Amino acid sequence: MSKSERPSQLFRNLNAKIASIPMIFTALVIFVGGTVWTVFYSFTNSKLLPRLHFVGLDQYYRLWATPRWLISIENLLIYGVLSLVFSLVIGFLLAALLDQKIRFEDTFRTIFLYPFALSFIVTGLVWQWLLNPEFGIQGVVRSLGWTSFSFNPLYDSSIVIYGILIAALWQGTGLIMCLMLAGLRGIDEDIWKAARVDGIPTWKTYLFIIIPMMRPVFITTLVIVASNIVRVYDLVVAQTSGGPGIASEVPAKYVYDYMFFAQNLGQGFAASTMMLLSVIIVIVPWAYLEFGGKKRV
Amino acid sequence: MSDHAVSLPAIAGAGGLEAYGPSGPKPRHTFSRRNIFLYGTLIVVALYYLLPLYVMVVTSLKGMPEIRLGNIFSPPMEITFEPWVKAWSSACTGLNCDGLSRGFWNSVRITIPSVILSIALASVNGYALANWRFKGADTFFIILIVGAFIPYQVMIYPIVIILREVGLYGSLSGLVIVHSIFGMPILTLLFRNYFTSMPEELFRAARVDGAGFWGIYFRIMLPMSLPIFVVAIILQVTGIWNDFLFGVVYTRPDTYPMTVQLNNIVNSVQGVKEYNVNMAATILTGLVPLIVYFLSGKLFVRGIAAGAVKG
Repeated sequence: MSKSERPSQLFRNLNAKIASIPMIFTALVIFVGGTVWTVFYSFTNSKLLPRLHFVGLDQYYRLWATPRWLISIENLLIYGVLSLVFSLVIGFLLAALLDQKIRFEDTFRTIFLYPFALSFIVTGLVWQWLLNPEFGIQGVVRSLGWTSFSFNPLYDSSIVIYGILIAALWQGTGLIMCLMLAGLRGIDEDIWKAARVDGIPTWKTYLFIIIPMMRPVFITTLVIVASNIVRVYDLVVAQTSGGPGIASEVPAKYVYDYMFFAQNLGQGFAASTMMLLSVIIVIVPWAYLEFGGKKRV
Repeated sequence: MSDHAVSLPAIAGAGGLEAYGPSGPKPRHTFSRRNIFLYGTLIVVALYYLLPLYVMVVTSLKGMPEIRLGNIFSPPMEITFEPWVKAWSSACTGLNCDGLSRGFWNSVRITIPSVILSIALASVNGYALANWRFKGADTFFIILIVGAFIPYQVMIYPIVIILREVGLYGSLSGLVIVHSIFGMPILTLLFRNYFTSMPEELFRAARVDGAGFWGIYFRIMLPMSLPIFVVAIILQVTGIWNDFLFGVVYTRPDTYPMTVQLNNIVNSVQGVKEYNVNMAATILTGLVPLIVYFLSGKLFVRGIAAGAVKG
């Protein structure tokens, strides 16, 4: 209303506002500003430096005509689907095993989870060594007498992505197990008793009662795993550097290489915008289910 | 279903049915078929998870001739610490031959200020969001949380430009700022939820006594929330130490963190590969988060359960 009221509104709760400046800066300048900037510049033909010469969707046409990008996407799809399925299944099975009132539960949990404390670089390098064709698992099995044994994912371009998957599952399933275990512990004991009374076998109880009840845990886990899949980068860099040839390239590496090595910023921006798009495709249905659903109820 | 659940305690109490459920006492037959299967599976899986760690340690203690002859699973015949010394002090990346020690100290100089700055910012922020809400605060918070899902690749270049403008591109302080920015969503969420769960009366009483924003934060909130600070520290130390992407983008070769230097040592060596040195270097890099993990135990689990969203 009057002019004298305005400053008092602005300065009310001033300390909280000052304390929130980093958050506001991050949210608006980095997250919103940075994203809009990158998407905007993906329509330009920026090379070494960003510049405003618009070329429409050219970068995207070029992107989807580049074999390396197509291989990256294919790898991401294979890796994504398999790591989703395997990490959920293995994570849940391990959690169910640990939930049987066993002894040394803490010891087992500590062992299953420790790889998660290690970086993807360390994980990738260890598995590069274990899968070394000469000295690693293949070499050892051959030296035991089975000379035709062949397990050489890192140097075979048709299966290299599975070599990366093995390392990723080793590193990440412990986390899924922990989330699932927390979910299992959250289920009321009475449910189990009821299932016993009705004479339902344990596996059926898990499959038809417990898992449907753990829907929120599964959805959270799914979102976590999915958004990590899109970001997979360090593991590939450490384990294969994208090789052999370009057989294990992933989108995140494409973005980095085009921005900082190939000096083709426009391609990098277009590729990163595609990554953003894929995350949106995963997140939006989840957000709708999670938050849109509550409004209806 | 719910009908059963409600009526069951009475039945179970009368019939002593708990004995059959997983909630019952420990099974009496230690060597029952179920137990053999259960523990057998767990032990095999545990061995699989431990195998890479074992191979890492064993390889790093062997000499190169022994590695060329033997297999990676056999324990070393002659234990040598030479590879460890070499990895630490004289392994080469490009023209530099001063080993991983440089990367280690860089990582220390990155991690400590990043952890302090990110937690300081996020805890005050979470406190403001929990107790001193102002108009629009929640909107920014939602943007922050949703932003945590944006792939980093989308934001790295704009940040390069910002850092270059303020003259911090390539410096350790620039990287510290980047870590503080990307740690903010999860840490703010962590602290906001924690402060929200604290009794409102405490805050009111302090207000009545005349304490202000910072007074309440330092004298009441901070001393009462030490556990959540420990969780945040664990989360940040492991996360920042293990970072590779930001390190490689925002630092120069002489300020590379340990992970980046490790990758360069192992993957860009010309000539004969020294697998024992590589494995020693790998363990050295993994040692800090591993120590944090084994010392922190359950708190680590709490940290990752909260921080899993960060990815």
